[in-house]
Amino acid sequence: MISIALMFAFACFGLGLLFCLWRITVGPDVSDRILALDTMVINLIALLVLYGIWKGTAVYFEASMLVAMVGFVSTVAYCRFVLRGDIIE
Amino acid sequence: MPAIMEILISAFIILGGVFGLVGSFGLVKLRDTMQRLHGPTKATTLGIGCALIASMLYFFSTGGAVSFHELLITLFLFLTAPIAANFIAKTYIIRNIDRSELPASGREYGWSVYDDSPALRREE
Amino acid sequence: MIRRLIPHPLLSITLAFVWLGLVNTVTLGNLLLGTVLGLVVPIITAPYWPNRAKLSRPLIVVRYVLLVLWDIVVANVQVAWIILFKRSTDFRSRWITIPLELTSPEAITVLAGTITMTPGTVSAMLGADGRSILVHCLHTDDPDYERDRIKQRYERPLKEIFE
Repeated sequence: MISIALMFAFACFGLGLLFCLWRITVGPDVSDRILALDTMVINLIALLVLYGIWKGTAVYFEASMLVAMVGFVSTVAYCRFVLRGDIIE
Repeated sequence: MPAIMEILISAFIILGGVFGLVGSFGLVKLRDTMQRLHGPTKATTLGIGCALIASMLYFFSTGGAVSFHELLITLFLFLTAPIAANFIAKTYIIRNIDRSELPASGREYGWSVYDDSPALRREE
Repeated sequence: MIRRLIPHPLLSITLAFVWLGLVNTVTLGNLLLGTVLGLVVPIITAPYWPNRAKLSRPLIVVRYVLLVLWDIVVANVQVAWIILFKRSTDFRSRWITIPLELTSPEAITVLAGTITMTPGTVSAMLGADGRSILVHCLHTDDPDYERDRIKQRYERPLKEIFE
């Protein structure tokens, strides 16, 4: 039963990634694209965690944690670049 | 694994998937950037929270040990989501919105994107 | 002396626990390493914490955390409902201004985060003097009600916790 639920969740988050991709291509503003990238990172973390359950190993937690941190820092860096034209002043 | 645990884990996984999908769908459906900001900050964060709870329950019921990693990831995401949202909102406002479109701050100083802070003003 | 060695006891304890969570196995060595990290990191980062937040009333803190967690769940169901079943032409989104009574930066940060995570509102910006906050509502008929709700529900307990 868990494997069926996992399949369903994979489909959901995969579709979510496609929605984000659409928003990145369409825009219309830079902030929309940053938001879509941020959402993509969150969906990606969910996929990684679910893949960890699917495989039954805990090694993917380190990966998802790193993705979470890099995702947050990159979102902030994009925004700061647009806001100030500079990331580290 | 007991059947009740299996049902609980599946329910959390499905709930997580649904919330994640709704959050990303909001990104496509809503028409204004500020409205779009509402979907991912809330729905997607809870979606991933559900997925992480499911994973925690799964590894607890198979290995018998409580794993703290999921808790840390959930905590990290819940702490950083508002900050990222705030940054994106600021980016949007500074590029697209004129100060006359926003309501007044109701104080002596205006909004921080347009006005200098008191300390900066004193320096001048 | 103790004050100089442990400038920020709460941060030390948090760091030690986060370290234990990261390595995910509680052994004597890890406990020791976590304690060392908890002692050293606050001393190194002390210049970045010019004024320390004082947390009083731990009971209210616990109640506030539970309240916010519950509101996050409610918020998600509400927002999901609005996204799925409301026509996007029917949205009445608007900006509202919330005058703040909180003064400490930590309290305002927590309030802004809470507003973003809870029903239908995203905090967008602070006033230049940090005494008012700009909030975007996804769908509201009564901005005054939203403002009073946020002030009553979140700002009042935060005022008790931080001041």
